[in-house]
Amino acid sequence: MADAGQNGTPLLDELEKGPWPSFVTQIKEMAEEKEECRQLLGLLERSYREKIGHWKHGGIVGVMGYGGGVIGRYSDLQEEFPEIAHFHTLRVNMPSGWFYTSDALRTLCDIWDRHGSGLTNMHGSTGDIILLGTKTDELEPTFKELTDNDFDLGGSGSDMRTPSCCVGPARCEWACYDTLNLTNDLTQTFQDELHRPAFPYKFKFKCSGCPNDCVASIARADMSIIGTWRDEIQIDQSEVQAAVDGGLDIVEDVCSRCPTKCMVWDGNQLEIDDTNCVKCMHCINVMPKALRPGKDRGATILLGAKAPIVDGALLSSVLVPFMKMEPPYEELKDLVERIWDFWGENGKNRERCGELIQRVGLGNFLEEIEVEPLVEMVAHPRENPYVFYEEYFEEGDDDEEEEDDA
Amino acid sequence: MAMATDRKTDIGPPHYETMLPPIIKENYGKWKYHENVKSGVLVHVGESGDRLYTVRAASPRLLGTKRIRAFAALADKYCAGHLRFTSRNNVEFLLTDESLIDPLIEDLKELGHPVGGVGNVISNVVHTQGWIHCHSAATDASGVVKAVMDDLCDHFEGKKNLPGKLRVALACCLNMCGAVHCSDIAILGIHRRPPRADNATLNKVCEIPNVIASCPTAAIGTASVDGNPTVEIEEELCMFCGNCFSVCPALPMADPLNDGVSIWVGGKVSNARSEPMFSKLAIPFLPNNPPRWPEVVEAVRNLVDVWAANARKYERMGEFIERIGWPRFFKLTGLEFSKEHIDDFKHAGLTYKRSAQLRH
Repeated sequence: MADAGQNGTPLLDELEKGPWPSFVTQIKEMAEEKEECRQLLGLLERSYREKIGHWKHGGIVGVMGYGGGVIGRYSDLQEEFPEIAHFHTLRVNMPSGWFYTSDALRTLCDIWDRHGSGLTNMHGSTGDIILLGTKTDELEPTFKELTDNDFDLGGSGSDMRTPSCCVGPARCEWACYDTLNLTNDLTQTFQDELHRPAFPYKFKFKCSGCPNDCVASIARADMSIIGTWRDEIQIDQSEVQAAVDGGLDIVEDVCSRCPTKCMVWDGNQLEIDDTNCVKCMHCINVMPKALRPGKDRGATILLGAKAPIVDGALLSSVLVPFMKMEPPYEELKDLVERIWDFWGENGKNRERCGELIQRVGLGNFLEEIEVEPLVEMVAHPRENPYVFYEEYFEEGDDDEEEEDDA
Repeated sequence: MAMATDRKTDIGPPHYETMLPPIIKENYGKWKYHENVKSGVLVHVGESGDRLYTVRAASPRLLGTKRIRAFAALADKYCAGHLRFTSRNNVEFLLTDESLIDPLIEDLKELGHPVGGVGNVISNVVHTQGWIHCHSAATDASGVVKAVMDDLCDHFEGKKNLPGKLRVALACCLNMCGAVHCSDIAILGIHRRPPRADNATLNKVCEIPNVIASCPTAAIGTASVDGNPTVEIEEELCMFCGNCFSVCPALPMADPLNDGVSIWVGGKVSNARSEPMFSKLAIPFLPNNPPRWPEVVEAVRNLVDVWAANARKYERMGEFIERIGWPRFFKLTGLEFSKEHIDDFKHAGLTYKRSAQLRH
């Protein structure tokens, strides 16, 4: 076997040096038992030498009854590296918040040692547990063992992708709603949409508990659900004083960094004009013992983020300025269904929801999903005077109206 | 083959509550505040007075089951069998006994996992698969990240003071599975040669109308070569997005001579202080130079150093650049400004400087 031996990977060996944990070491650890990992090292060394990947375009493989959750992967060096000729990926839906018991992890490891390469990503970009590399025949047995142990596959292709969330109320005092609960609820409610691709393209949910947005929902999710509040920041003045006494330059580091300059330190008290607070989180981030988000909590719903493919990158923009986020989340789910209906009917192949909005215009989109336009949805009103006025009066309209009124 | 009726499907993931340690169940939604205890260690204090310690360690994202079992064993030894992973691929151990923090950190170091990533530091890199597993990669992912983070490890461990947080992300092509487009520093794999149609097979493996429709600049048209229906590409219209290759494997783009890396700066997703913003192009091209990508490592280090030396407290890279202006940023970093830096896609005009406010 070319390159698969101990000293056959001089380039990759360079990546075992240095203080940062090495993925090469990880593959080598597994290569002690697994021939496919030895061959993966060989194939990768080849890529490092030739400066090109050796994986072909994915094929259509999966488990029975599902259209998503498995990424087909074939090498273009099948004769040299037969054990990884097919080397498919399974996406396994992670528990919300990426919490595990050691037993759950060992169960996953046992399954994957029996049926695949033993290599994983903890986790993939969308948040799934990635089981990296197995043969077509192993897919169905792996799936059976996963479901026997309460795990299921995540999304791939043109479906709802596995929703993900920040650590939320499990370990963060800033969580303005229960991100884990909502993520789990959406995942369970939309199992069909997750497993059976029927959309124009992918659709991602990401749930962040506060505007720090630790899961980057505003950049990465078609629907970004970002926790916020609409009453006053909770202030503990004695802790503010303690922070100042501890050396915090409150004027420079807090008040002057506030984007709306809504707070004043008079030497004794921190006063906040909450009507001007935009919930940016900076002051709370700097003084977590002294300041906390308000008590009337919920979320801002934003729509449409995506990476560049096809029509350019987008950030999500505001759809609902504030919504209470409490089970069973009916208001949110109704909104989602209306969005999916319109996008499903009108989205072009590989057109993300955000691109559809760009194409038809946010105003028209809002009409179709029955949401009233609000000034919070725009950075500013239009500058361009080419307005598509949709109605005009005809001579005599007034008379008719009067007759109708009579 | 098993009958469909025998199969369990659509059960979804295990409920998160089954994974939570008792202290989290008891204080769920009732945390009062948190503090950084020391590098890589947080304490969260509940309204109950309970104290939960988190030790955050770096992971290469790609983990073998042996290492995951080692993490599970550490969780058993120190955390009654509980741990979690973060959105940036770190692993976190959740302790209730403060005296176990240092022994755990020692064990993690022994295992090769630096502890850090908390506060004003450079946390772990969000990244993609690269040559390990992807068909459209223009560079490797894990290798570049390893080389860059070997160089920045002191910043992960909080050994030097930084003005604020700095997020590095890597995507190995423009598909951006890693959504790098809002990062302080983004490393992006790029192709620079238009796809070359495999005329003999294209019509057998691809639907030509789909291929034509996939191009955002309408660069693809029908053609016939040796009697085979295929496509031709107007090369000057190609901006190397790779969307046609995504729908048609007979249009490969990978090319060792021309593939490489571009570097982007100044994006953020947090709403803190300034609104979220996209990253902007800093370096249009650096070569793929495995195994350690020295040009990329040096470029990232330079950007970090310029920011660290000149940014004000709490300023993210993008906020820092907005304050000093792009001309000064290019001067401080020594980067060359070129035609590639000027946008020419949709709404490009909005990125032109439309004022006379310049520093001379």
